[in-house]
Amino acid sequence: MTPLSFALAHSLPEIVLAVGALALLMLGAFGAGKRDWIITEAAIVILGVAFLSMFTQLGDKALIWDGAFVDDSFGRFMKALTLLGSLVTLLLSREFMAREGIDFFEFPVLVLLATLGMCMLISAQSLIALYLGLELMSLALYVIAAFHRDNVRASEAGLKYFVLGALSSGMLLYGSSLLYGFAGTVNFAGIAVALQGGASIGVVFGLVFVMAGLAFKMSVVPFHMWTPDVYEGAPTPVTAFFATAAKVAAVAITVRIVMSAFPGIKPQWQQIVVFISILSMALGAFAAIGQTNIKRLMAYSSIGHMGFALVGLASGVEQGVSGVMIYMAIYVAMTLGTFAAILSMRIGDRYVENIGDLAGLARTNGFMAFVLAMMMFSLAGIPPLAGFFAKWYVFLAAINGNLYGLAVIGMLASTVAAFYYLRIVKIMYFDEPARPFDRVNPEVTAVMAVMGLLVLIFAFFPGPLVVESATAAAKSLF
Amino acid sequence: MIELNHYLTVAALLFTLGVCGIILNRKNIIIILMSVELILLSVNINLVAFSSFLGDLTGQVFSLFILTVAAAEAAIGLAILVTYFRNRGSIAVEDINLMKG
Repeated sequence: MTPLSFALAHSLPEIVLAVGALALLMLGAFGAGKRDWIITEAAIVILGVAFLSMFTQLGDKALIWDGAFVDDSFGRFMKALTLLGSLVTLLLSREFMAREGIDFFEFPVLVLLATLGMCMLISAQSLIALYLGLELMSLALYVIAAFHRDNVRASEAGLKYFVLGALSSGMLLYGSSLLYGFAGTVNFAGIAVALQGGASIGVVFGLVFVMAGLAFKMSVVPFHMWTPDVYEGAPTPVTAFFATAAKVAAVAITVRIVMSAFPGIKPQWQQIVVFISILSMALGAFAAIGQTNIKRLMAYSSIGHMGFALVGLASGVEQGVSGVMIYMAIYVAMTLGTFAAILSMRIGDRYVENIGDLAGLARTNGFMAFVLAMMMFSLAGIPPLAGFFAKWYVFLAAINGNLYGLAVIGMLASTVAAFYYLRIVKIMYFDEPARPFDRVNPEVTAVMAVMGLLVLIFAFFPGPLVVESATAAAKSLF
Repeated sequence: MIELNHYLTVAALLFTLGVCGIILNRKNIIIILMSVELILLSVNINLVAFSSFLGDLTGQVFSLFILTVAAAEAAIGLAILVTYFRNRGSIAVEDINLMKG
């Protein structure tokens, strides 16, 4: 195999996404306007093809494009989750976009471009590739946050996300420039070699700025302030996209850069990760208690969950990396299921978002109440549901990494967080019924059923597979 | 003789100025967009200075990428600003308060 065809074969998912997005853009711009729904279907097919194309190259680690990108099993695992999140988002978006009158062809194209950015981000092996992937993802996300352009909340969400996102990418860049200057290279492996003897003050500053930029994309404390507003204001399928695919990509690149560029300065980054992890878990547990809007509640819940995922990274051991991967896989399933339920909250043809609207759901729609209750129990981490295993693996890694305090704080935070998850279950099962919801669309029901089943029987079916592949994939970073 | 430190100091000052412009600014969103550009350009000074002192071209390539992306970012920022202005009739920072975060 020539070097070029080798590189092309290893970047097949990205090529499929890029060519597909551009082709759909042409189709949308020059085709008749009445065929917009075909573009969503086609985008779903393209995401599926990109997903399958990853299985054509299952080899070991492959450095491609002059060392700027890497194709390894860690990246493939995270890309699979990202593509899954994007695919289900598009599936969920069809009905919502049509009912809100914003079913333009640009939406699936932007989702494809954002997914392309995420895949590049996950594979990035140099600071330049990281920046370009991050910007491709963010620029598309800014636009889809404000996609409901006649809605004042959506445009406010887009504006807030843009301003704070631009600030965070500025910080990331400033950190990158310092790392480049003091390590003399932009390549992660090269940086790791240059930092073997310990860190100079310039490198520590660079590390802090890069982590700040990435923390913003993961929406962890102290860079979380955009999350509740953007989650609330953006159209609900877009919120689901932010909560799943975008989070997976941001966590993946954080794990990758920490593990492959900074192994020599572990004490420095460990402090930062422990700090943001504790703050996020605490904020996620306490700030969500008083929320009345379910999308806002999910925003605080997601901040808390990112804190839990970072517990695995903080441990700095191989088991911790696989813990983060398992956590993200389960988190994606739980979040997609919850957002499918939120997208079913429609009374008299209008979408509603208040937790009070769920009152007595068990008596009006038993299936939806059951799925949402499973999701809430799982998000709270109650065995034998999937969410319990997610927390189990990261806390196990923290204990093996001698971070006993962090594990204890995490368990306390998850106990506090259980309060607001269980409150939703109580409202659904024990309160007097409110107005019943409209009939749920079959696609959304299917997503709820599949995600509910995966969360319910995780210990038997997807669990062993996910744990085994995550354990194998985590080796590729060490 | 101008040394690396001088360039880094100028870049650090511009970066701080940009961040302060975003955080302290209470008036107008256009000023925020200008501050974002200031941040990105201060990074470019950093990169080009490092590139020149290291004798390595990568930094200059990086700064060209940043210039390109910054143009796209400004375009998208202005587009979102226009939709916001159409809905609210104002671009004052203190009016961005429909949702409390």
